[in-house]
Order: sequence, then C-alpha cells, then structure tokens
Amino acid sequence: MSLITLAWSYLKARPLTTALNVLLLALGVSVITVLILFTNQLEEKVTANSKGVDLVVGAKGSPMQLILCSVFHVDFPTGNINLKEAERISRHPMVKKAIPLALGDSYMGFRIVGTRRDYATLYNAELAEGAWWDNHLEVTVGATAAQQLKLKVGSELVSAHGLTENGDEHEAHHYKVVGILKPSHTVLDQLLLTNVQSIWLAHDLAAGDTTGVIASTLVPGHPAGDSTREVTSLLIQYRNPLAVIQLPRFINGQSNLQAAAPAYETARLFSILGVGMDVLRAFAIVLILISGLSIFIVLYNSMKERRYDLAIMRSMGASRTKLFVAVILEGTWLTALGSLFGLMLGHGVLYAFTLAVTGSAATGVQAGVYYAAETWLLGGSLALGILCSLLPALEAYRTDIHEVLAGN
Amino acid sequence: MIRVSQTSYQYPGGTRIAFPDFHIPRGNHGLLLGNSGSGKTTLIHLIGGLLRGQQGKVEVGGVDMASLTEQGLDQYRGRHFGFVFQKNHLIQALTVEQNLLAAPFFAGLPQNSENAEALLQELGLEGKRQARIRELSHGQAQRVAIARALINKPTVILADEPTSALDDKNCDKVIRLLMEASTNHGATLVVATHDQRLKSVMPVSVELVASG
Repeated sequence: MSLITLAWSYLKARPLTTALNVLLLALGVSVITVLILFTNQLEEKVTANSKGVDLVVGAKGSPMQLILCSVFHVDFPTGNINLKEAERISRHPMVKKAIPLALGDSYMGFRIVGTRRDYATLYNAELAEGAWWDNHLEVTVGATAAQQLKLKVGSELVSAHGLTENGDEHEAHHYKVVGILKPSHTVLDQLLLTNVQSIWLAHDLAAGDTTGVIASTLVPGHPAGDSTREVTSLLIQYRNPLAVIQLPRFINGQSNLQAAAPAYETARLFSILGVGMDVLRAFAIVLILISGLSIFIVLYNSMKERRYDLAIMRSMGASRTKLFVAVILEGTWLTALGSLFGLMLGHGVLYAFTLAVTGSAATGVQAGVYYAAETWLLGGSLALGILCSLLPALEAYRTDIHEVLAGN
Repeated sequence: MIRVSQTSYQYPGGTRIAFPDFHIPRGNHGLLLGNSGSGKTTLIHLIGGLLRGQQGKVEVGGVDMASLTEQGLDQYRGRHFGFVFQKNHLIQALTVEQNLLAAPFFAGLPQNSENAEALLQELGLEGKRQARIRELSHGQAQRVAIARALINKPTVILADEPTSALDDKNCDKVIRLLMEASTNHGATLVVATHDQRLKSVMPVSVELVASG
C-alpha cells in the first residue's frame, strides 16, 4: 500500500471512466505528436535540400513551381532556357557558382537529372560503390532510388519521357549505371544523375564536340554559345550579399527568364501549409483541454462519493497533506497514461502512414524519431493533470472528519 | 486510560453541550450511553481526536488531546486508536488486505501482510484476503472493519453505534467479538451507543442526556 497504488486502485475501480479520459487525452496528444514529427522533418528536409542554393533561374512561370521542380524535384519544369542565355547569366559578376539542371526524363518514376559533378558536391554526396558519371549515358544513382529500383553497377536502363512511370520510352539510348551513392538524407537519394548531354542524346540531339572551339562553362565538353541547346534551370550561389537585391532584379528583367529564391518560396509554402497545421493544432489543443476538464469533473465528483473514504483515512492517521497528494497523484496517473499512449499512437499512426501511402518514402518522413518538443508535450500534459486535480485535492484536504462521520 | 473532566463543546450553531466527568481505567471497557442528539458521537470524536476545540480536559493515556499539534494529533490518532463505525466504511476500491494495510500505511507504521492474515484468521475471514469489499456480506464487512481497527495494536478502540442496525443475535455476537478482540490485544474498548441491550454486557461509564 502506498499513495501511488492507492491512486491506481481508485482509477482501476472505475475502468470505463478512466479509459475514456485516457483515450481523450491520447487523441489530442497523438495529433500534436504527428504535427511535431511531420513539420520538424519537413523543415529539416527543406533546409537540407535548399542548402547552398541562393537562387534558381528558369523559364518564366510560377516561382514556387520552379523551386519545387529544381530544388525538391516534386513538380514539373516551367519550361527550358536557352544554353547561350544561361551561360550569360552564369558569367554575371555577382554569380559565384552556377549549376545547370536538365530535367524532364525519368526511370520508373525516379528522376534523371542531367547536371555537373558539383551538383552532388552541393549535398556532400559520397560514392558507396562504383564511380561518378563521366561519359555520355552513364548514371550515378542515389541510395533510395538504387534500392527501390534494384539497380547495381553495370545495370542498364531506358529512360522515359516525363516524370511518371508510363511515359514514352527513349528506347534508342541505353543508360548504364556506373556508381551508387551513399545515403545523404537529401533529395539526391531519389535521383539518377548523369551529364547534360545524355539528356540531349536521349532526345535525339547530338552532343557537341569541342575540338577547336571554346568549351561551355556550364556544360563541359560542349561548345560555348550554342543557342540550339537548352537546359531546364540554373542553381546559383551568390558571390556577395549585394546580389540578393540586384541579381533577381537583373534576371527578371530579361524577357523570358525568371529568378526565384528557395528561402522566400519555402517560407511562402510553409505559411500556406501553416493554416492547415494551425487548424489541426487548435483542434488537438481543444481535445486536450476537454480531457483536462473531464479529468477535473470526474475527480471532483468522486471526492463527494469518497468523503467517507477520506474521513476514514484521516481517522487512521492520514494527514491532510497525504490525502491532497493522493488526489494529485490520481490526476497525474491519468494524464501520464494518456500522454504516453498518445505519443505511441502518434508515432504509430505516422508509421502506418509511411507503410500505407506509396511515395511517402519520397517525403523522407520517418516515424522512429524523437523530438525534444515531445518531452515538452509530455511535461505539459502532466502539468495539466496536476492543475486539474488541484481543486479536487483541495476538497480532499478540507475534509472535516467529524462532520462526515457524524453524518451531518 | 481515558479521563474526561469538566469538558464541554460549543457547536458552530451556538448550542453548548457539557459532558459529565468520567474515567475508564486501562484494560477496562466502557459504554457511553445516550439517545441520539445527546452528543455521544461528539464525545467519542473528541476522545479519538477526530474533533477538537473543546473546553476542559480530555486525556488519553496521560496525553492531553488539546496539547497536540494538528500533525501530532494525526499521528497519535493513527497509532493509538482503532475506530469501528456503524456503517463499516471500508474503501471499496481496495481489496480486504489493502483495507487492512491502509491503517499501518496512514499511521506511518510498517505494513505486515502476515499480521493482516493472522488477524483475518482470528476473525474467521481466512481466504478473504484478496476479496473485493462488495463481495463481502454485512457481517464479514463488519469483521474486516474490526480487524482494521485492531491491526495497529491500538491502546483504545472506539466504536460508534456498532450494533444499532443488528438484530439481537448478531448484536450479541458483534459486541462479544469486539470485547474479546480488545481484551486479547490489550486495548480499552469504548462504545458509544443508544442501544440499551449493551447494558447487560458492558459497564456503563457515563449516561448522556439529550439537552433540549
């Protein structure tokens, strides 16, 4: 017999009410847990993926679409830009580095990206086996893509036009896998990387020859100033802070180019998503508050049923403080159970989500991570339990033994 | 053991009740006889430290009850008194054994399961250790309440109307059980009741008369 077992015995004595209170709190806590897990991981992904990219230049269209397509590889390209124009932008004095991306083809739903080696360097990618792509039609495959597509060094594949699984296949040209990347926990894991010329070849455009001409700075091995070739976008790093203001204005002034900053567009995306998140969070908080109210009402009412128990305990030598603590413990027990159950439920729901929803792997959301915010959630729930049991506990504290036992 | 002298108590309503002086020596048993409204519950609560604020002197085991602090009173009550009430007031949420062990727990004494088992056997409740309170008959519940009053080896057992709801046969059984158990455990039994039947088995220490 101890105060903790006493509190637990009272909870066990009314199993249905206890279960209802635990469930109510668990529901609220689980919704908040899912929100914590989801938004934190999404933000981590977004930060990791847009690291080192100050500006994206592409064809005119929606700036958000340009960012989603070129940085996160989830949307379709806005169009292509002329290689000659792209070279001109890359030579701008405020541009420190410009990386070309040629998009539009995929293999079994995974994107093939024609780019330069320093695109992989941007994410500190390392080879797990094999080599980096060097010649035309060689690909180095991201870790997740390699695993899901069961690709090995030496595998051959035929790319499809478009970004879905059933696009027209470019059968005339076979890609060859030359290397597999280690997981980088960025979007790179889901990509197949090759050079820009390979994308052109797949579309039956000849790769150029640089014998006797100046080579392009953007596409090594291709003559400079070729206005018959196109790339999808340029990822740009600024040379100095002044570029933040001047470069986008310069680029947007060009008739058919637009510049979009990942930082600005992702902030905009989060503010749109944020409304939905806020509604969900408010709903969860209402659930938690109702469960708090319910715990309060249950405890408060049971103090009336328990006045004889309380008086008897006092007659056996229990101090007022002991009874006070016993009731607080009861509320704490309830909320501890509810919030622990809620945390497990939240992680469980997210785990079920990652199993059930195809493509959720691409978002990179995992159920098995724990955030400091969850500890706060747990602590907050316990505090709520204590708060809700304060008044009933005070009632227990005030029990007048004589009055109760004399039956007045 | 118990000495009440020149004691009176003023109810919050304003009426004052004065109690006759009396003394119950150690090991003896005594009856506080009186009709309802005569203040016998108030008197037994004053003796047991469930109520304070009296005028005059209530001494138990040589200790003036008024001299104890609130905490000291809680402790004194837990260790020196056992209470038996008309309604047994067992804690429904707990098992029989937990009900018994609650007494040493709240009194701050070591909890001894074997002790509890021995008491249950003595009172004919063997095998009821893990039983729920609502599974007990009225008689069994009353014996559990008596066991609970005895478990801390108190010097005084205070019983408030333990027999008034019982028929003659059961009344006799319960009072004999109470007296026997108290004597066995070396405790002074004090019974407050209006039940005239008890006069034949216990000495009357004081007869209270309803005032007004």
